[in-house]
Amino acid sequence: MTAPAPGADARRITLTVNGRRHDVEVETRLTLADCLRHGLGLTGTHLGCEHGVCGACTVLVDGRSARSCLMLAVQANGAAITTVEGLAASDGTLHPLQQAFQAHHGLQCGFCTPGMLITLIEFLGDHPDPDAAAVREAIGGNLCRCTGYQGIVAATLDAARRMRAAP
Amino acid sequence: MSEGLIGRRLPRLEDPALLTGRGRFVDDIHIPGTLEAAFVRSPHPHARITRVDATAARRHPGVHAVYAYADLAPHLTANLIPADNRHLAFEANSRPPVLPVDEVCFVGEAVAIVVADSRYVAEDALALVEVDYDPVPGVSDCRAALAPGAPLAHLGAADNVVKTFQTAFGDCDAAFAGAPHVATISLKQHRGSAHSIEGRGVLARPDPVEDRLTVWSSTQGSHRVRNTLVELLRLDEDRVRVIVPDVGGAFGAKHIVYPEEVIVALAARLLGRPVKWIEDRREHFLAAVQERDQYWELEVAADRDGRLRGIRGRMIHDQGAYTLLGMNVPLNASLAMPGPYLLPAYQLDVTVVATNRVGVIPVRGAGYPEGVFAMERVMDSLARDLGLDRAEVRRRNLIPPERIPFDLPLKSRDGTVTRYDSGDFPLCQAKALAAADYAGFPARQETARAEGRYRGIGLANAVKITGRGPFETAIVRIGPSGKVTVHTGAMPMGQGTVTSFAQICADVLGLAPEDVTVVAGDTATVSLGIGGFGSRQTVNAGSSLLLAAREVRAKALAVGALVLEAAAEDLELRGGAVWIKGTDRQLPFAEIARALGGGVGYARPKDVSPGLEATGNFMPPDVTYGNACHVVEVEVDVGTGAVQILRYVVVNDSGKLINPMIVEGQIIGGVAHGIGNALFEWMGYDEGGQPLTTNFGEYLLPTAPVVPEIEIHHVVTPSTVNPLGVKGVGEAGVIPAAAAIIAAVENALEPFGVTLAEAPISPGRLVELMAAGRS
Ligand code: FES
Ligand code: FES
Repeated sequence: MTAPAPGADARRITLTVNGRRHDVEVETRLTLADCLRHGLGLTGTHLGCEHGVCGACTVLVDGRSARSCLMLAVQANGAAITTVEGLAASDGTLHPLQQAFQAHHGLQCGFCTPGMLITLIEFLGDHPDPDAAAVREAIGGNLCRCTGYQGIVAATLDAARRMRAAP
Repeated sequence: MSEGLIGRRLPRLEDPALLTGRGRFVDDIHIPGTLEAAFVRSPHPHARITRVDATAARRHPGVHAVYAYADLAPHLTANLIPADNRHLAFEANSRPPVLPVDEVCFVGEAVAIVVADSRYVAEDALALVEVDYDPVPGVSDCRAALAPGAPLAHLGAADNVVKTFQTAFGDCDAAFAGAPHVATISLKQHRGSAHSIEGRGVLARPDPVEDRLTVWSSTQGSHRVRNTLVELLRLDEDRVRVIVPDVGGAFGAKHIVYPEEVIVALAARLLGRPVKWIEDRREHFLAAVQERDQYWELEVAADRDGRLRGIRGRMIHDQGAYTLLGMNVPLNASLAMPGPYLLPAYQLDVTVVATNRVGVIPVRGAGYPEGVFAMERVMDSLARDLGLDRAEVRRRNLIPPERIPFDLPLKSRDGTVTRYDSGDFPLCQAKALAAADYAGFPARQETARAEGRYRGIGLANAVKITGRGPFETAIVRIGPSGKVTVHTGAMPMGQGTVTSFAQICADVLGLAPEDVTVVAGDTATVSLGIGGFGSRQTVNAGSSLLLAAREVRAKALAVGALVLEAAAEDLELRGGAVWIKGTDRQLPFAEIARALGGGVGYARPKDVSPGLEATGNFMPPDVTYGNACHVVEVEVDVGTGAVQILRYVVVNDSGKLINPMIVEGQIIGGVAHGIGNALFEWMGYDEGGQPLTTNFGEYLLPTAPVVPEIEIHHVVTPSTVNPLGVKGVGEAGVIPAAAAIIAAVENALEPFGVTLAEAPISPGRLVELMAAGRS
């Protein structure tokens, strides 16, 4: 589905996704989101708008959040990428933020959730002790139609507490 | 039996998969060989199609097919999406065609499908499909559509009136004659979209060996999709299986069957390959249903003490280009208006109007937000005109608890009298006022004003019909593995259905919720299904599940009593087995399932039917009504018109709660949607019907910084018409929200002489109104 069409402008790139290296040939116009989802089968990253507003597609590229719908796969050549699939520990233990999302009902349909988690993981790295208003600002660019954000904010504050206690 | 799983805030069983990227939404399903589709869509609000030529597109490398009307017509039994609502039938031309023959009636209407190796290639080829349009005048504003000589939304129609009807009771003439207070009120409410973050999507896989078709659709109604495909593609029911995978929100947009679902399924059959179409956001703006365009002209008669005597008037409802689900939105709006109040006489004449905008069906709330907005604006105007407190006017008009159950002399959709089965409306309002410190507000307002800040408070009450039947099946099955599975026609789309249902079932069978697997949204496992809409699933399917689980429990006990040679009352269900209480003697479910499954040599009672399984089809004798009171405090920046919500209090009565955490999540999400309806979400169209807001930059959804912490208090008056005592809650939060917020903003701007009669209201509009009020 993401193999380059015959004759299309394509490049061979290397991506390290959640610690695993992938060498893939992609059309130059393929978005990073489509490359992850359909090329690498990492469907946890979601597309909600494909124009950079909803934040569902957010991933970490070399440690900083990026909207994978607005980034081409070729732009990520050589980068290390973290997606929602890479957040839990290798033994399956959920990241404290993931645990807190479940405890505080931070998700309903779960479609915005991957982008929320990634955005907030970056945020908590920079702001280990935030208040609710700061959390709301941090996810101000992530749309959720289900939760009204309240559970997400509560989860983030709780996760921050847990992470400070056990860094 | 383990007591107490009902009413517990248990973490959701759905979450671990969704939190780790292992959810399975329709676009996550990868079947090798799948082709991807894109749609050619009308750029015109209204046009004749004079020619479709797909020659160049078909030649484009990677394109497998392009189908327009002429290509698909021979394979369809009819070129019309079937009506779903027989008792409110309409003119045929107000239902959408599968593909238009020679006329498009809204921007975004699908004209042809392109199927290619990938969506990228399909979209390349869209530009190569030549469609010659001959644009004709369109009509966008439903009031303008009623003017003599207005352009017609459908060529060949006599006019733009789809239907007129009246909702009425009591004697309005008598109520108005000699009324000490009569006032007129004009209101307008504007449409928005559902905007689930996952759009619509469908994947169809033909199986030529067995001549079967499997369809995964992001829908609120698996069986509705199946039935439509059966009807239009002339297939046997057992050849079509519709599976609803994880659904990324729906809010009404996925309630109907759309042409795209039929076209994709047919394309897959014609090509003999799986075909997938995933709606993008622009398509959701253009072609997914919307709601809330209504214009109300009301006259209200009241006594000097604010008690209502009667309300009469007219409402114009914009139906958009097609009637997709009967009259349910305008009808609900008209039925919602009396709400929790004693209204002696009521007469609303409704005109449903066709326009060249995308069709209207319920978006979370289904007409109730509009009707409630109208009534609550009436209440606030009475208070203003009569110099009374707004809460006090409401209190005087609320139906007192001793009159519940209350029969509203109003015929509901199925012709029965509307009966509020339970509820205590004055209590809810009193609790909400107390929680929000309504009494202390004047002091807060005064302090703020002294500092040049403008605070306001508003409140709104609402009653919502929930739990419409006629039924929703639930099947409990325990096989030789001993595992418990629930199959249901109910349709999860984020409401925690799996967890709530597991709680109900586990509670009866003495299990932990995680021991119960809930399978929903698969036509292969349940023969009948109605779907997820109208806050109905826990009432219907939850009750069915309770009954089925009780039957399974009784069967297990009967076998247990025989095999363990004990009296049934000495037995208990625990951990997947029947135990003799206080002993270590037990019989596992697996053994019982084998016995009732016909296992040779197993003892089984003669009067117990085969299988450790049961089917519940609870048929609620009546709908059940939930209610809520919302109180909101805001501050308005009078320089910019920006509204900040400082405090939001909800008192909600949804009857008994299965999982309060999930219920509160539903309410909060609904309130956030209502905040959008009040302050942000405005789907713009120009005069001819061209959409003006087609991305999230132009159309604003409520974001985390503008949605406040919502404070929720519960009042629990159990429903009297279902065994769980529950009422639906999926829409509860949204219904009074816009009314309460607009009231609060109006209250803040009182010094500027601003009265508000519309929703949504933008900062710019507020500045305009303040300027007008000053001059
Ligand atoms: S899908 Fe990338 S921001 Fe919405
Ligand atoms: S949980 Fe559904 S969009 Fe956020």
